[in-house]
Amino acid sequence: MSWLITLFVILPMTAAFLIPVIGKLIKGFQKTITSVVFLFLTVLSLFFLFDGNTEVYSYKIGGWEPVNGVPIAIYFVIDGFTILMLSIINLIGFFSAFYAISYIRRFTAENNFYTLLCLMVGGMNGVVMTGDLFNLFVFLEIAVIASYALVAFGVEKNELEASFKYQVLGGIASLLILFGIGLIYWKTKTLNIADVSDILKYSNDRSFLLFTQIILIAGFGLKGAMIPFHAWLPDAHSSAPSPISAMLSGVLIKAIGIYCIIRLFFNMFIINHEISLVFIILGSLSMVLGVFLAVGQWDIKRLLAYHSISQMGYVIIGVGIGMMILANNGNKSVAALAITGGLFHLINHAVFKSLLFLNAGAIEYKTGTRNLKELGGLFAYMPVTYSTSLGASMAISGIPPFNGFFSKLLIILAAIKGRFYLVAFLAVVVSIITLASFMKFQKFSFFNKSSITEKPKIKEVPFPMCFSMIVLAILCLGLSLLIFPGVRETVLTPVVDILMNTTDYSSTIKDI
Amino acid sequence: MKGMSSIVKKITQLLSGMIFLYGIYIITHGHLTPGGGFAGGAIIAASLIILVLAFGGDELTVVKRKEGSSVTESLAILAFLLFASFALIIGTNIFFHNYLPEGIIGNLVSAGVIPLYNILVGIEVAAALFTIILAFIIYKEEISK
Repeated sequence: MSWLITLFVILPMTAAFLIPVIGKLIKGFQKTITSVVFLFLTVLSLFFLFDGNTEVYSYKIGGWEPVNGVPIAIYFVIDGFTILMLSIINLIGFFSAFYAISYIRRFTAENNFYTLLCLMVGGMNGVVMTGDLFNLFVFLEIAVIASYALVAFGVEKNELEASFKYQVLGGIASLLILFGIGLIYWKTKTLNIADVSDILKYSNDRSFLLFTQIILIAGFGLKGAMIPFHAWLPDAHSSAPSPISAMLSGVLIKAIGIYCIIRLFFNMFIINHEISLVFIILGSLSMVLGVFLAVGQWDIKRLLAYHSISQMGYVIIGVGIGMMILANNGNKSVAALAITGGLFHLINHAVFKSLLFLNAGAIEYKTGTRNLKELGGLFAYMPVTYSTSLGASMAISGIPPFNGFFSKLLIILAAIKGRFYLVAFLAVVVSIITLASFMKFQKFSFFNKSSITEKPKIKEVPFPMCFSMIVLAILCLGLSLLIFPGVRETVLTPVVDILMNTTDYSSTIKDI
Repeated sequence: MKGMSSIVKKITQLLSGMIFLYGIYIITHGHLTPGGGFAGGAIIAASLIILVLAFGGDELTVVKRKEGSSVTESLAILAFLLFASFALIIGTNIFFHNYLPEGIIGNLVSAGVIPLYNILVGIEVAAALFTIILAFIIYKEEISK
């Protein structure tokens, strides 16, 4: 493993700044290098994922060794959770970049697009790898500032408005996160997550801790678009170019929102009852309100964006239930089940939601509209888009052979076993309404023959777009395998172990 | 863009060189005194910006300058990355390793690679701020057309 992990930051950054220099001279350089870099990083992260090494590994930047047991270097920490997130980020990044080869031809300034995409992926890789609070903030800013620019990439009225809204709310979120990090630094005099965790273990200043935790929940909640903080998401995710919507919805809100919350609240702070209750309530609110807002939408991408809020609610509920049971010293196996369900849903959501956004992009690419009322009868003309989006729709609504079913099942089972009957009931109801809204999406875009005669010229989208959609659709089915014993032990169990044994993280890193 | 009056032009000519030199001083003493790459780069950018504002220039030259500064910025970052990952390439496996001799504390040439990082950050910040101002100028020209 060793120094290879720094490549996850070095390569995207190098690609990002080679593109403005060489991209002008060599035609097609930007597309090639972005896809090649992301493909290489995907292969590397999958190699780390399946090499069977589940130890926590830390890499000291600059080679500074700890002084008297106090870590002074910036650490990159690699454990199961990080590797899993790296695989998702780079995999979805590769498919988005490959899809963009055809899609982005309509826009000018392709160089800028690929530069910003590389920066965003590099930033997210840094966020999930770093073991240092301030470094986390820096990488987070790299990722979100690139995403502000990418949301505004169309430079029309709607795009600019969405980007401005996103910038204002994102700026507030960054301020809150920085304030929270400042408070932690003031109290503990250190920024290393493992070291902070070690010091907070002996701290008894309860009100300070709760205040910091709430500031951080608000900050990362804004980035991850939980429901009271969701106002920017439908606009931003629907007006970005489709490959970017897939990245934002599939990866960004997870890497800089949910990942940071899970990492900090499980491995840095001490788990407590109140905060886990806050998570369960926020998760239920996101899940229920998100789906009710989604079902009435007629713009495909807005509908998908609201579903992102709703599906992230499932993840937060899964993790929150696990946290609550751990805090109350309940049954550990139920907690493990809940956390497994949450994380599994996180992976699944990344795959099927990016696929759905790519489908929406394909429809928009060929018909020029995103309004469901103007579409119809596309199934005869766009067979690949139709079949892949059918698969993704069934996955998101939880139809059995697809991956969404298994993760929702795990979350609902854990909720029932942990006696959260209301949450389990809501999860089932939300799943049914999700099915309804995706039946609406399928009917109005692909069947509904009213307007079929007006569009005889529509054909299937070009190869790069088809390829990305087909592979993601296969993954929608294939990821169901993660539930079976044997595969689950290599991928999900190490992550759950890291989160279940909350203090192991800091003690392992301090020992290295 | 139109230039300003000849008094402003003359004073800008006299000042901008000194501001530029001061920026270089801040950058090169970054590892010894407060300041460093970012602060010095901002000062250098200021010396270039007042020249552009005072003397003006037609749109073509402004666009050309913006392209140049944008490429300079990217090259500076690439060089920074190369310096940072140089130790990885030669085999010590440490990212951001300080592989040059560290010298005596307080000397101008000391602290290994850090002055080089400072210089590259200075170039990058100066070019980036200059690019931003030029982008604003180009935008204003396009609006007024």
